[in-house]
Amino acid sequence: MSLLAINDLSTHFRLPDGALRALDGVSLHVDAGETLGIVGESGCGKSTLGKTILRLVEPTAGAIAFAGDDITALPARRLAAYRRRAQMVFQDPFASLNPRHTIRKILTDPLIVHGIGGLKERRLRVEQILARVGLGPEALDRYPHEFSGGQRQRIGIARALILEPDLVICDEPVSALDLSIQAQTLNLLARMKADLGLSYIFISHDLSVVRYFTDRVVVMYLGRIVEEAPTADLWARPQHPYTRALMASVPDPAQGRRALPLKGDLPSPQDIPEGCRFHPRCPLATDLCRSSDPALRVAGSDAAHTVACHHA
Amino acid sequence: MSAPLLSSAAATLARPRSIAPLLEVANLRIAFGRQEAVQGVSFTLHEGETLALVGESGSGKSLTALSTLDLLPDGAAISGGTIAFAGADLAGLAPAARRALRGGDIGMIFQEPMTSLNPVMTIGQQIIEALRQHQRLSRRAARTRALELLDLVRIADPHRRIEDYPHQLSGGMRQRVMIAMAVAAGPRLLIADEPTTALDVTIQAQVLELIDRLRRDLSMAVLLITHDLGVVGQWADRVVVMYAGRTVEEGDPAALFARPLHPYTQGLLAASPRLEDSHHYTSGPLVEIPGSIASASGQPGCAFAPRCPQAAAACRIAPPPLRQWAAGRQVACPRVLPEDLP
Repeated sequence: MSLLAINDLSTHFRLPDGALRALDGVSLHVDAGETLGIVGESGCGKSTLGKTILRLVEPTAGAIAFAGDDITALPARRLAAYRRRAQMVFQDPFASLNPRHTIRKILTDPLIVHGIGGLKERRLRVEQILARVGLGPEALDRYPHEFSGGQRQRIGIARALILEPDLVICDEPVSALDLSIQAQTLNLLARMKADLGLSYIFISHDLSVVRYFTDRVVVMYLGRIVEEAPTADLWARPQHPYTRALMASVPDPAQGRRALPLKGDLPSPQDIPEGCRFHPRCPLATDLCRSSDPALRVAGSDAAHTVACHHA
Repeated sequence: MSAPLLSSAAATLARPRSIAPLLEVANLRIAFGRQEAVQGVSFTLHEGETLALVGESGSGKSLTALSTLDLLPDGAAISGGTIAFAGADLAGLAPAARRALRGGDIGMIFQEPMTSLNPVMTIGQQIIEALRQHQRLSRRAARTRALELLDLVRIADPHRRIEDYPHQLSGGMRQRVMIAMAVAAGPRLLIADEPTTALDVTIQAQVLELIDRLRRDLSMAVLLITHDLGVVGQWADRVVVMYAGRTVEEGDPAALFARPLHPYTQGLLAASPRLEDSHHYTSGPLVEIPGSIASASGQPGCAFAPRCPQAAAACRIAPPPLRQWAAGRQVACPRVLPEDLP
């Protein structure tokens, strides 16, 4: 049984000028101890997916099961137990930490909300998690603005981990950090995973980071999964033309000026093309792609590698 | 009377190539009050060349670029050194002449086009305004030229798009509009400060390709400010690596990435996961640069010494000077010894 299984999940938003299908029929699973990467560009639905899984945003259709329990329709008051086991680390550690609260309060509040421990146990847990993320007890009575971006992200990670969750959804956790701080943060996340036996959903637009940090990858485009594969396999045999273009677009210090991998602008999720959603930008597109929306199917011999393309 | 600063794109093509640098920054210092954020940066940029200033936040790369545009933020001022453009010291120019340079011979684009565009004017109105600020053009001629510029930056259907407001355009298209305005007066230098940081990766590739094509077609020089080593390697002819307000290393990107000399450059390259290598978290952690750039403040010696695995006692006494290591290659680290010479 998977730790998390979502089936045909959709999240649509009603806007003044029409519906926005941010997430449109996505199925995936995360096994215990696994890191699943979600990659894609703006409007692909990756952040909405993360928020929908935690029910910070309500799904329009589909099902979310966590450790076998259906949590899709759980009433808000019964979500607490789920939220204790599934936590989130956000991109911008500054925006996600209350500037008026000390680090002690930021880390103690989740324990109080979930009724964990007495005064003494809470204090101990807070000090322990802070030490685990590499900050000393002198940090406890300070405020978020007194810390650097990298330190704030450590605090964000500590806050997510203090409840000892099973699953942590990391939404662009290193995108706002300088390069030299990114490596520190990724190493910390990897250490926490090994020490605490966590599973991660790692949402990122940065393919190099996803390749390093994930076990399996889902590539999204305009609210859909276009390809899914074990990480090494995706890089060895990318099948979808979008996956290939995405990989070719990443600037590489070892390569000089080169031809453009992909033409055309990203379409708006409010104006999703008919047929295959990628066809207006796709170098392989035919009439079939303009009329028929391809379903995910197994690509080649490995059942774990699937692709949604008529021509891949 | 000063000579006219402007020229059309066509005249730009006919410009003779010269050997003297187009932009020469020498020992530039920029201070916020008593704090020096840029501490003696020097580089030259030649016509047709792309020079990248690369560094993390706090490196001083953006301040350095803004100072050449006379656009330093409040409280910051040039506290030493010179900036010469086309042989003329900017400090010696009257404020009006400096303003005419900006948007005239020196075009600029920034990270977030939405904050640089006026939300209540159509993009056509904004391009026309930019054109008429620097050229004597009738409204009609300016509109024709605006359409040409939109076409030049490959905006599809320019006749329709010229009536659009900024919010009706995608991020990539907005940055193209900014580029159209930046090159409207046929600049000799384009300063691009993190031009693609806010863009998606497939759109980033398009915008960088566009900038590079315009550099060639309009024979501009490009000063590219970025934190992205991949962007540098792919698009720059030369790179200046900055750390805490100083140049730590300079050279040809391919040579520099193949053999970084400064411990900071070495650390940066080692710390970044690379797309083409198969290093995976299960096979070991990434190399870390310990600490943060904040440790550089108040350092009498090398600003990187508190984070440097190779730092010696001498490194903490005085900042090491930038020394020539090979032709076109400079490094500011006393630990890079002559026996390292190729």
